[in-house]
Amino acid sequence: MFRKIMIPVDLGHVEALERALQVGADLAGHYGAEVHYVSVTGTAPSKIAHSPEEFREKLNRFAAAEAEARSIASTHAHTVISHDPSVDMDHQLCEAMDEIGADLVVMGSHIPHWYEFGSHGGKLAAHAHCSVMIVRDDTR
Amino acid sequence: MTDDPDNQGIPAPEGATEIIETDYTIGQDNVEGTLGPIGFDIHNPVFMISGITIVAFVFYTLALPEQAGDVFSWLFAQVTQGFDWFFLGAANIFVLFCLFLVVTPWGSVRLGGAEATPDYSYIGWFAMLFAAGMGIGLMFYGVSEPMSHFSTSLGGVSVGEDGVRTDWAPLGAAAGDQEAAIRLGMAATIFHWGLHPWAIYAVVALALALFSFNKGLPLTIRSAFYPILGDRVWGWWGHVIDTLAVFATLFGLATSLGFGATQANAGLNHLFGIPIGNTTEVILISVITAIALISVVRGLDGGVKILSEINMGLAFLLLAFTLIAGPTIAIMTGFADYLAAYVQNLPALSNPLGREDVNFSQGWTSFYWAWWISWSPFVGMFIARVSRGRTVREFVICVLLIPSLVSVLWMSVFGGVAIQQVVQDGYTAAQDADLPLQLFLMLEELPLASITSFIGIILVIVFFVTSSDSGSLVIDTITAGGKVDAPVPQRVFWCIFEGAVAIVLLLSAGGLASLQSMVISTGLPFTIVLLIMCWCILRGLMSEKR
Repeated sequence: MFRKIMIPVDLGHVEALERALQVGADLAGHYGAEVHYVSVTGTAPSKIAHSPEEFREKLNRFAAAEAEARSIASTHAHTVISHDPSVDMDHQLCEAMDEIGADLVVMGSHIPHWYEFGSHGGKLAAHAHCSVMIVRDDTR
Repeated sequence: MTDDPDNQGIPAPEGATEIIETDYTIGQDNVEGTLGPIGFDIHNPVFMISGITIVAFVFYTLALPEQAGDVFSWLFAQVTQGFDWFFLGAANIFVLFCLFLVVTPWGSVRLGGAEATPDYSYIGWFAMLFAAGMGIGLMFYGVSEPMSHFSTSLGGVSVGEDGVRTDWAPLGAAAGDQEAAIRLGMAATIFHWGLHPWAIYAVVALALALFSFNKGLPLTIRSAFYPILGDRVWGWWGHVIDTLAVFATLFGLATSLGFGATQANAGLNHLFGIPIGNTTEVILISVITAIALISVVRGLDGGVKILSEINMGLAFLLLAFTLIAGPTIAIMTGFADYLAAYVQNLPALSNPLGREDVNFSQGWTSFYWAWWISWSPFVGMFIARVSRGRTVREFVICVLLIPSLVSVLWMSVFGGVAIQQVVQDGYTAAQDADLPLQLFLMLEELPLASITSFIGIILVIVFFVTSSDSGSLVIDTITAGGKVDAPVPQRVFWCIFEGAVAIVLLLSAGGLASLQSMVISTGLPFTIVLLIMCWCILRGLMSEKR
């Protein structure tokens, strides 16, 4: 049913994405799909990385570690470099979705203090050509 | 823009840089949270101190306008008269420092790592740095400044009873000699808009780009001081530097917004008879702040860049039209001649000590330098943010020389036409008018006056918007501890506040004078910051791979 599952990731709040990551992995196992982790970064240094290159390496490592930890057959990492991440994120996630050719997007909702993430989900769902699954974090 | 280990059709890795390893994590001093539906992510001391001080400032000025006006004019006199040598000397150092970087091997260090590729095309890059860097000033002073220096030079030297010169002419003036007065007037104008301001911007921009893109430190002013302060930059030293930068930016912007509002008002009055006064200006600032809000919410690529390009297109049209409709050949020969006059007079104009032309060197030069310096954190950070991937040499040449030449051309055309109108045609309406109106009266003598004046007003407004929106982005980044992905409502807050400060200062007793005095008072401490920054840049470049 699904061949490519995209999971947007905020490397700064991975713990809050636990449920989304697990659901994505389970679905990938069930349908034999690839998992594509997508993350957006600015060009300036951030909490996560000193430079976009370092960010890219971290995301690649993250994808590899996820494959290992959740036994996913095929994972891929996509670093999206943005001039203005606060504003361009929605739009660039949509672009990444099309570029990857994802047929399912699994995303966590309401990362703590990241008020926009909910609307990222909404925006993505509204513009997506594929299915979008928003996983709420019930533990809170 | 995405990449994938299996599919390398994506931006290549960008080469080694000398990352500075510190224990500081970007955002560690930040407070994140939500206020109702609005999320925030702010650097605690910097945001709070600058936010509260500015709110207090706004209320003080509104509550006691008379007293505030007196304080402002006292400050203005103190700083421009007591520290003119300091501003003039410092600006010279910045120019020499930049030229030095071009010719040294450090010029080949690439911002963002040895293999970084530029984020923006030349056109987009120029449009943004020019729109942010000069902005409304070009509209406000394009006609009025050359004209003013020309008239005062022609008027010659006059000395008061105390032996101090009372005239406003640059250098030794050129009493009665029309040709010499034109050359001196243009040289003085070009001096204020050429190498010096751009060198000031280049220093700040280079420091930020180097320490952020190459060293991996947060994108705030304090990072540039890491070579001398070490980990203390994350403490109070850094808070002070960043807060100072926020003040300088806010007041620098507010001044330009004030100029913009008075000029747009003068133009609207001239064209449509809309009354001149506080009410119109407050409405103008509000409307324009609202447009700037839309732009910041649309972001760097979706708002700021597009507006900057529109801005450049319109400005170029107006420039080309004025050049063609005016005495084209006289202006083009004038351009070369004025440039020569600039080079010729540069040593005397930039001399910081023993100046006899006190009014000129204090009231004009010193004020300008303070104004540019107060703009520098904002323009510098903005330039830094869009300059990743350029080499230091390319960067300095492009930020220093090319915008200087464009400014010279602009001044030669607008000032040149206006002066020719006086000299050749005896048309003195522009010369006699108030500063904000001079541009429109100059245009009136050319064909299609109502269309060009209208474009002039639009340009003032768009310049206003491009300064306000890029300024908000910058203040937001500084007050978020160098984060460029802070929630959008923070930008909205700063954008509104810039408008509010401009309105309050315009309404205060001194009007534009109070704006100017706040600019130069914040410019003074920041000049010291900039001087130290030059040393830090050298230290930073020394450890880079070339």
